[in-house]
Amino acid sequence: MLSEIALYGAFETGLIYGLVAFGIYLSFRVLDFPDLTVDGSFPLGAAVSAVMIINGWNPWLATGAAIIAGMAAGAVTATLNVRLKILNLLASILTMIALYSVNLRIMGRPNIALLSEETVLTPWYDMGLAFHQVPVVLFFIVAVVVLILLWRFMESETGLAMRATGANPRMARAQGIATGWMIILGVALSNGLVALAGSLFAQSQGAADVTMGVGVIVVGLASLIGGEAVLSPRSVLRALLACLIGAILYRLAIALALNAEFIGLKTQDLNLITAVLVTLAIVLPGARHSVKSFFARS
Amino acid sequence: MIAAQNLRLTFGKGTPLENPALCGLSLTVNQGEFVTVIGSNGAGKSTFLNALSGEVLVDSGVIEVDGEDVTKLPTHKRAGRVSRVFQDPLAGTCENLTIEENMALAIKRGMRRGLGTAVKTRYRDRFREGLATLNLGLENRLGDKMGLLSGGQRQAVSLLMASLNPSSILLLDEHTAALDPRTAEFVLDLTKRIIREQEKTALMVTHSMKQALEVGDRTVMLHQGQVVFDIAGQDREGLTVSDLLKLFEKQRGIEVTDDSLLLG
Repeated sequence: MLSEIALYGAFETGLIYGLVAFGIYLSFRVLDFPDLTVDGSFPLGAAVSAVMIINGWNPWLATGAAIIAGMAAGAVTATLNVRLKILNLLASILTMIALYSVNLRIMGRPNIALLSEETVLTPWYDMGLAFHQVPVVLFFIVAVVVLILLWRFMESETGLAMRATGANPRMARAQGIATGWMIILGVALSNGLVALAGSLFAQSQGAADVTMGVGVIVVGLASLIGGEAVLSPRSVLRALLACLIGAILYRLAIALALNAEFIGLKTQDLNLITAVLVTLAIVLPGARHSVKSFFARS
Repeated sequence: MIAAQNLRLTFGKGTPLENPALCGLSLTVNQGEFVTVIGSNGAGKSTFLNALSGEVLVDSGVIEVDGEDVTKLPTHKRAGRVSRVFQDPLAGTCENLTIEENMALAIKRGMRRGLGTAVKTRYRDRFREGLATLNLGLENRLGDKMGLLSGGQRQAVSLLMASLNPSSILLLDEHTAALDPRTAEFVLDLTKRIIREQEKTALMVTHSMKQALEVGDRTVMLHQGQVVFDIAGQDREGLTVSDLLKLFEKQRGIEVTDDSLLLG
């Protein structure tokens, strides 16, 4: 059914989108801030690191710069909302649109190839692993490190204040929490993670492209919601694990759907499959319940 | 100590829905005094509390807490001095967070929050000790989500949270109104105990004239955004609800028609 390469490919992209799902968990779930900036901050991360890499910078430094750029983008969205009182969804759409131009400016052209450049993956190819296993191993390490850091942060005093800000802003203010700053910090962190994902994606795929962000929000949401359906997020740790598992399962489902020839799906059907999967992930947990109660009645 | 001088606040200024909520309200509450506040609907009770906590900023006038001018400060910058329990049991706590997480939020009220673990082991003992005094069995449920608690339990925990760290004033906005009579009495007793033990300066808005006279050391009545009536000490002792009504009508020349003031 699935070739080994396709399987590893699914894990590789799944781990990258796990980072996106972490970001979306922060904005959508923790802060209750529907943030579409990610469609712009994903290619922003790719653009910043690609430009730095082709100019001879250390790839890890370039990746770090991508995170900072993403955080700046998130801070812009949150500031539009908090200080200028623009509706959060609209504020994020404005930043997303603006980032398209910014990304073109950063790259100076619509795409940059990184095929012969040194990336964060280059040193790992000499370590005796198979070519297609390298990104999976490296991205797994990155994802686990980010997960642990994020988990510790969410359990910290500041992280708890951020969770309170999203859950009950009035109570948060009464407890002395500057909710405006919490939203700015949280949305910045969220987009920093998404830019990190964009940067790693460009380095593993060998190119940064200005259109690579289209639909990132949907894929991230699919991962988040799918993961929550599989692993009910009772605690922060479980919620973060759900993001990662959801993202990998999503990519596996896509790979399976595209490889099962009898269904007749092709690559161009990707977005359609995504939409169907998201719908199923949202509807199925409820459906399971109503099926149960139907049988309980009869 | 709270000193409010000549507070004025109009909602929807310059629109057809212009609504003056505070009209030159002045009130000084001394250190350690427990004041009950009554008034009919729209008298400005909640607005007054919101103005004290910073949820709304007044158009003019001065608010001082412990001698410091806080008139222009937003809520979160006053939180170190002001703690608050809301009428809605859902408003004062986060239902998605656990009991201990809610309490950990409160223990840091008005302080800097860093990157250290929020729920520290040494806090847990304090939380357990505090919860045990409620006799609700909550001391064994620190890790339970707040949303699993009943309204009365949540109000009791809110009160405990307000008392976890030394704030100088406590604002209670009809915090027993949404509870059944027995639970309301339990929460009221707890309120009295905490205020007495910690010698807090407290302001309690209530809808019940009886409660307003029985609880606390002083009773203030608001009407149309002003203090119309302020009684304490010997004058207040032995005063009945009907006496209070008569006084009120004499002072203002108005008839109280709000049934909810007479009942309860």
